[in-house]
Amino acid sequence: MDVGPLPQLVVSGILTGLLFALISVGLTLIFGVMDVVNFAHGEFLMLAMYATFGATLIGINPILAVPVVAIVMFFLGAVVYRVLIRRLLAGPPSAVVFGTFGLLVFLQGAAQYLFTSDYRSIPNLPFQGTLHFGAVNLGEAQLVAGLGALLMTALVFAFVEYTEPGRALRALSEDRVAAQLMGIDVQGMNALAFGLGIACVGAAGALLMLTYQAYPRIGTEFALTAFVVVALGGFGSVQGALVGALLVGLVEVLGGFYISPALKMIPVYLLYLLVVLVRPQGLLGRR
Amino acid sequence: MTQVAATTVLEVAALEVDYDGVRALQGVSLRAERGTITALVGANGAGKTTLLRAISGIVRPQSGSIVFCGRRIDRDQPHAIVRGGIAHVPEGRRVFATATVRDNLLLGAYVLRDPSERERRLEAALAMFPRLRERYEQRASTLSGGEAQMLAIARGTMSAPTVLMLDEPSLGIAPNLIATIYAGIRRIAESGTTVLLVEQNVRDALQLADRAYVLQTGRVVMEGKARDLLGDPLVQKAFLGL
Repeated sequence: MDVGPLPQLVVSGILTGLLFALISVGLTLIFGVMDVVNFAHGEFLMLAMYATFGATLIGINPILAVPVVAIVMFFLGAVVYRVLIRRLLAGPPSAVVFGTFGLLVFLQGAAQYLFTSDYRSIPNLPFQGTLHFGAVNLGEAQLVAGLGALLMTALVFAFVEYTEPGRALRALSEDRVAAQLMGIDVQGMNALAFGLGIACVGAAGALLMLTYQAYPRIGTEFALTAFVVVALGGFGSVQGALVGALLVGLVEVLGGFYISPALKMIPVYLLYLLVVLVRPQGLLGRR
Repeated sequence: MTQVAATTVLEVAALEVDYDGVRALQGVSLRAERGTITALVGANGAGKTTLLRAISGIVRPQSGSIVFCGRRIDRDQPHAIVRGGIAHVPEGRRVFATATVRDNLLLGAYVLRDPSERERRLEAALAMFPRLRERYEQRASTLSGGEAQMLAIARGTMSAPTVLMLDEPSLGIAPNLIATIYAGIRRIAESGTTVLLVEQNVRDALQLADRAYVLQTGRVVMEGKARDLLGDPLVQKAFLGL
């Protein structure tokens, strides 16, 4: 039986899904720990892409730039929590929604002003070759980006699952009051979770620069997909984000090929609607 | 150095607390002496849980003071209060359902930095409730109500607290396990920990405790030796159905 381009599409869908996973894990981690839907999530992706672009301009190797950008974004996230999110959390629930949405508008506007709306890509892009595995042809850059995202997702997962602060984060996301009664400092842990979430999306932005170009509005494009992934997998569930991201990646690539690239998001949203109709809490969501 | 017969570890004075827009505590004062069990009894809604929540910093008092080991703590953050030495086993147990028994216990020891101290506490907790050792790697969600209560109490002892506050440890527990849980509480007190016990199960609480306070609609209406209260006609009439 000739399966045609299917293997190629599946591999490509998984690699795309791995990047979605990294972005979504950051989003779901922040939501799980502090009930904050970070509407500016995509803008941190955009900032990380510009940061990576800037780093390569001063001669830093794009692969080396990934951990550097992730670490810088971690501290930026922790600072944004301390300066902005913490204050929003003290207000009514709508404060967080409008506050993070305001941050989105501000960061996008600032990028537009500072960097103009020109598309920027890394000069002398590495990994321009193509690898052949039987019927599957893979761009090296796409493979490196996907595997990098997988590695970073695995690191974050291991941190949450097997370390002492990770255990505290899980306790907080399950029962905030009980966690406080264990002596867990909510503000400190929230800052850690926000930093980690932004480091995830930061690493994803740096990896995306291997295959994409940076422009001020790129965040919205990816954040929308990340919101679908998180709702699909279950808000607050890291495993759910992983499953949701791979599903969305596959459906998007297959839909783009078999239907039309312009309509590739339609099957994704149909899948999302179907899942939330049957399981409003998402595939692996609690409650 | 002279030995003082009884040392006050925790002293609450004239505490006023609003809860959901209602004054839940109206000038409550009480003290707990080192190494004793102090029971806090009263009907539902008397303010017992609110008092514990105020001591652990989850709710803020409007006025009054809470002094722990000679230091005011009524403006401290909850995590600082735990670090200072007050552990609170909340009403309804509130164990972390998706975490294992082991992880729940380790979370209880979150404020301990010394790994060997953690190990000692873990051993002591498992020795107190051997059932938990059998369930060690299981998720807390798989435990029965009684086992979950044992876990909640054991988790409370993991931080090596000076004061352990227990909120309704016998609520919804199978009768054959209540004795096990009460034996555990006695053992905790014998090891030198001061216990503040909130109960609706007045008879058992008064039999276990050294001193007791009776709360009614946010006020202390009676206090004294637990044994005396057990024989008090008013207590017998109001709580013991005699």
